[in-house]
Amino acid sequence: MVKTLPRKDVAIVGLGWTGSILAYELTGAGLDVVAIERGEWRDTATDFPPAWAPDELRYGVRLDLFQRPAQGTVTLRNNMSQTALPVRQFVSFLPGNGVGGAGVHWNGMTYRFLPTDFKLRSHVTQRYGAKAIPDDMTIQDWGVTYEEMEPYYDKFEKLAGISGKAGNLNGQIQPGGNPFEGARSSEYPTRPTTPTYGPSLFAKAAESLGYHPFHVPSGNLSESYTNPLGVTMGQCSYCGFCERFGCGNYSKSSPQTCVLPALMLRKTFEARTKCNVTRINLDNTGKKATGVTYVDAKGEEVYQPADMVLVCNFSFNAVHLLMVSGIGTMYDPTTGKGTVGRNYAYQCDSGVALQLPEGTHLNKFIAGGAIGMVIDDFNGDNFDHTGLGFIGGGNMGATVTGGRPIQQLSMMPGQPSWGAGWKKAAKESYQTVYGLGAQGSSYSYKDCYLDLDPTYKDPYGSPLLRMTFDWKQNELKMSAYITAKLEQIAKAMGAVSTHAAPRKGNYTVTVYQSTHNTGGAVMGDDPSTSVVNKYGQSWDVPNVFVFGAALFPQNHGYNPTGTVGAQAYLGADGIVNQYIKSPGALLHI
Amino acid sequence: MSKMRFLTQAAAGLGFTALAGLAMAQTAPGDAQTIAQGKYLATAGDCAACHTAPGGQPMAGGLAIQTPFGKIIAPNITPDKATGIGNMSDAEFIKALKQGIGHSGHLYPAMPYVYYNKVPDDQILAIRAYLNTLKPVDHKVVSDQLPFPYNIRAAMIGWNLLFFPDKGDFKPDASQSAAWNRGAYLVQGLEHCAACHTPKNALGGDETGHEFQGSIVDGMNAPNITASWNGIGSWSVQDIADYLKTGHNQYAVASGPMAEAVKNSTSQLTDADVKAMAVYIKSQAGAGGTAPAPVAANDPAMLAGAKIYNDECAACHTGSGMGKAGIFPALVKSPVVQADKPATLIGIVLHGGHGVGIPTAPTAPAMPSFGWLLSDQQIADVATYVRNSWGNAAPAVSADEVSKARAGKSN
Amino acid sequence: MNQSVIARRRFLLASVSLMAAVPTIGCAQAYSGALPWSANANGSPKPVDPAGWTYFTPEEVAVIDALVDRLIPADDLSPGGKDVGITVYIDRQLSGPFGNDSWFYMSPPFQEGYPGQGVQSPVTPAQRYRKSIAALETYCHGAYAGKGFAQIPPDEQDRLIGQMETGTLQLGKLSSKAFFQMLWQNTKEGFFADPVYGGNKDMAGWRMIGFPGARYDYRDWVTKYNQPYPLPPIGIKTHPDWS
Repeated sequence: MVKTLPRKDVAIVGLGWTGSILAYELTGAGLDVVAIERGEWRDTATDFPPAWAPDELRYGVRLDLFQRPAQGTVTLRNNMSQTALPVRQFVSFLPGNGVGGAGVHWNGMTYRFLPTDFKLRSHVTQRYGAKAIPDDMTIQDWGVTYEEMEPYYDKFEKLAGISGKAGNLNGQIQPGGNPFEGARSSEYPTRPTTPTYGPSLFAKAAESLGYHPFHVPSGNLSESYTNPLGVTMGQCSYCGFCERFGCGNYSKSSPQTCVLPALMLRKTFEARTKCNVTRINLDNTGKKATGVTYVDAKGEEVYQPADMVLVCNFSFNAVHLLMVSGIGTMYDPTTGKGTVGRNYAYQCDSGVALQLPEGTHLNKFIAGGAIGMVIDDFNGDNFDHTGLGFIGGGNMGATVTGGRPIQQLSMMPGQPSWGAGWKKAAKESYQTVYGLGAQGSSYSYKDCYLDLDPTYKDPYGSPLLRMTFDWKQNELKMSAYITAKLEQIAKAMGAVSTHAAPRKGNYTVTVYQSTHNTGGAVMGDDPSTSVVNKYGQSWDVPNVFVFGAALFPQNHGYNPTGTVGAQAYLGADGIVNQYIKSPGALLHI
Repeated sequence: MSKMRFLTQAAAGLGFTALAGLAMAQTAPGDAQTIAQGKYLATAGDCAACHTAPGGQPMAGGLAIQTPFGKIIAPNITPDKATGIGNMSDAEFIKALKQGIGHSGHLYPAMPYVYYNKVPDDQILAIRAYLNTLKPVDHKVVSDQLPFPYNIRAAMIGWNLLFFPDKGDFKPDASQSAAWNRGAYLVQGLEHCAACHTPKNALGGDETGHEFQGSIVDGMNAPNITASWNGIGSWSVQDIADYLKTGHNQYAVASGPMAEAVKNSTSQLTDADVKAMAVYIKSQAGAGGTAPAPVAANDPAMLAGAKIYNDECAACHTGSGMGKAGIFPALVKSPVVQADKPATLIGIVLHGGHGVGIPTAPTAPAMPSFGWLLSDQQIADVATYVRNSWGNAAPAVSADEVSKARAGKSN
Repeated sequence: MNQSVIARRRFLLASVSLMAAVPTIGCAQAYSGALPWSANANGSPKPVDPAGWTYFTPEEVAVIDALVDRLIPADDLSPGGKDVGITVYIDRQLSGPFGNDSWFYMSPPFQEGYPGQGVQSPVTPAQRYRKSIAALETYCHGAYAGKGFAQIPPDEQDRLIGQMETGTLQLGKLSSKAFFQMLWQNTKEGFFADPVYGGNKDMAGWRMIGFPGARYDYRDWVTKYNQPYPLPPIGIKTHPDWS
């Protein structure tokens, strides 16, 4: 017996960054909004205060804040000829869970994508010719330009109080910033963070090689800040427990520290936790959503009628929800027809380990998740790809997020792996071995996609999402190229020895790489190659909107959150200023 | 007012009780301006704090309050004729608010008539006019649930004789500014700040001569808000106004009962009224006197407290004790930290605390609980440390005080 | 009866609204009106009591003691694995959610995939330890004239561990390599996790490498580049310098 609740104007699935931003904007426009969240309520002082937040085993290793695979997972295969098997333990990527979502445990790196990223296919075609794009590569333009996104990037950065230094202010290149970035309409809301020792060495070395180091735009705040919602944040204390952890002193941008205090005062907002949305209900035309159905913690099925449904959960879960609800046409990799599940992409990360001289004190435990120095000289199309045999690139630099001993005790290859020799090497390495990282683009391909698994089911009886994904030559060549450049910088840092580890071989879920899983419900201006328009509005069911990285047509060489937040504001703008006045498709093709 | 006259009035009040049932409602519908004024005054008086139960109908009666003597419930003050104040005459209404004389005799001073007495009749009637616009709610509240002998309301006459000597409408002080007088009127009258912030004598009346010098209510400090050394002398008029308007300023964040007062009342006053209250509060000189000598930095409690502070507190309140405006309260020169009896300090370290959030200042930062981590002695040490560092000075805190607070007993 | 009743009233109401009403809709928790908050929140981990065993048998304890004492041998850098509590740590983990894989996706069918698909075994960590220890003991009894792993010389112990690491030691049906990987990972956890979990006694692991532990504020040392950090480690509930 399904229980039916009173109607709401808007039902939001998932209360993370995009859910909280949309809820704030839509309650501000007078709408009655309920956010339905699978996980628990989470709050700084009661859930992760400084007294027990720095607990590597609980949060870093056992992943206390994350989605547990028992709640639902995905299956993986590298190619269509294989049998996909469930990802039984999350290792390669770590979807969030609970109020705040991934915004609770992220590192805080808040980039903007490059202007050329937003028109990738047309830009590459124009500069290098159509042949530069491999036949099976399905990259496309975003259906929105950097210039259109700029005000929304600005809005998100001001919401989150991002610390950084502009490199391009209204077209004027600024010293100390990233000269490759698109023109910004204003400086970052807070000054850049102070680099720790490792990043300071990297910046010096990169500069000596003629590159352009800049501060990672950081959601670990350099100073106390009050955002336009009136919410005040603290100053980052460099505790080194950012990645995978909640921030105990209100200094990491998150829905908790930036949005929820203001949102919860909105009289027409309600959050409902421990409720897992299992489908979006459609009317008999299939073109209109009537609400959502969820299962609460007792296992009771509940129908929440709503005039609009906003899908704001993690990219996998968003794509899964569309598929099991029958919204849009499933992608078929053999014909290339259909859109839901198409253009799944990831992040092609790599690294360089370097040994600094004996006696060095790196003090890597003094760190923040987004406190570091990087270069964009080899990102996107910031360098000439002529003759390189690949397109794309990556942001790279010194971004070690902590000195946690179980997971971040890096040693050079060839050291004893256990016993007395390991102990000696561990002690010596802890203060002298550093790691540089490259965050490479991951372009989309015809046969890298998401669909529903034929065998495995989630606890609610729905098929698991199936991921078919592998690395392609373009990405592996890109990784080899930029990682070699990174190794040159490592040597210039005074390294005694270096070890480069470009991405190689097949994609595996056994090593942590990134939680930047993108695509599957991509945005665009053509319904035959996209699931939603630039506002996140479904082409097929116009009162359903989707937000988050599932909208990325391919993934670029940066962390996604800045773009996710900006696009959420773009979508909110479309809903508030157009859709409410005249419900229906916002764009007509 | 002489005792004799007061007694006469009080007696008249009792006599009136018998006639109450015959009194006719005689309030004319107010004009929009009067209603708006009344709504504002009702906000200043924070009527809803007691007369609206959480989640209940506005002004239809509050939560039962447990007192040492039994339960009291703030009555239904909607215009409902049967269960509210619909049948009350204006004269009765004024008497109830200003003299504590209601339908059935004297009200208990849970109703702050001692303070509302300062409010001129026309303003009281504006409140009435506003209440008349509310939806009448049929909700019978038996407000007096006290057992004998405390249910004998006539006993309040004697209390009033003793502690309600200063009756009469607020009289401006011609030597002070208009803002000061407006502030005095609000602070002494509708806002009834003294109810918490002025120490009480044995029978619960305000201690004269100690106005606003701080008190302890249910294990929490209502801090000294005068300029004395452990008050708020370092706060400017603007700091005080910011605090009343938003719940925080560069030093402090309102929590506990004050959070409610800010949320329901002071944050909703006009900037001019808040500023006026600040001007008046800023003029309260307090007891004077000087701070005691701080506990020596090398005292064992200070050394122990410093280590705990650096490990557990500095990540928010910072090593200098200055905190961060709008989110982490400063411990330096804080009246809560330096209070004679630091009930709030101990309570907040033990149990945690939650700052106020209002739409214009929504942050509502929270302090985590440390009762699970720190022993009584450790809490005493860290409290002693913050009370005697960075220029602060206040008596050392003992483990015994913390132990009692942990057990829910007042010190 | 007195005026402080007014103040008291305020306090009670404040307490009520602070403890904020978390109504339920079905079994969901619904939040509206204000940020929820409750006093005396304590989500800290319950400290492990080092006495006794929650999963291992005494015979298994002897084997794990011997294994962790070779993986983390006592020397001038730290006490050995057993003495820093690694066996206690692993025992407590195996009797908790980790031991029975309760957070993981454990629905059948279980099929052998290719390595990139990750762990596909229905065998839980607790079962893996039990079976692998038993198989190791069986092997040792046969190879060392009835002696168990704990009784054979350290050199031999190291040799067997090396064979487990490469997967060349046959330990029944289960992979000795998979067992080694789990054991070594858990050993490092027991050496470096907060002492509240039963290992890392006296923060020996942290002291060995110079990790300051659960400290939360390094602002005064950010720009003191390349200088040793002066403060010793602390744990969530481990503060040796507090009185």
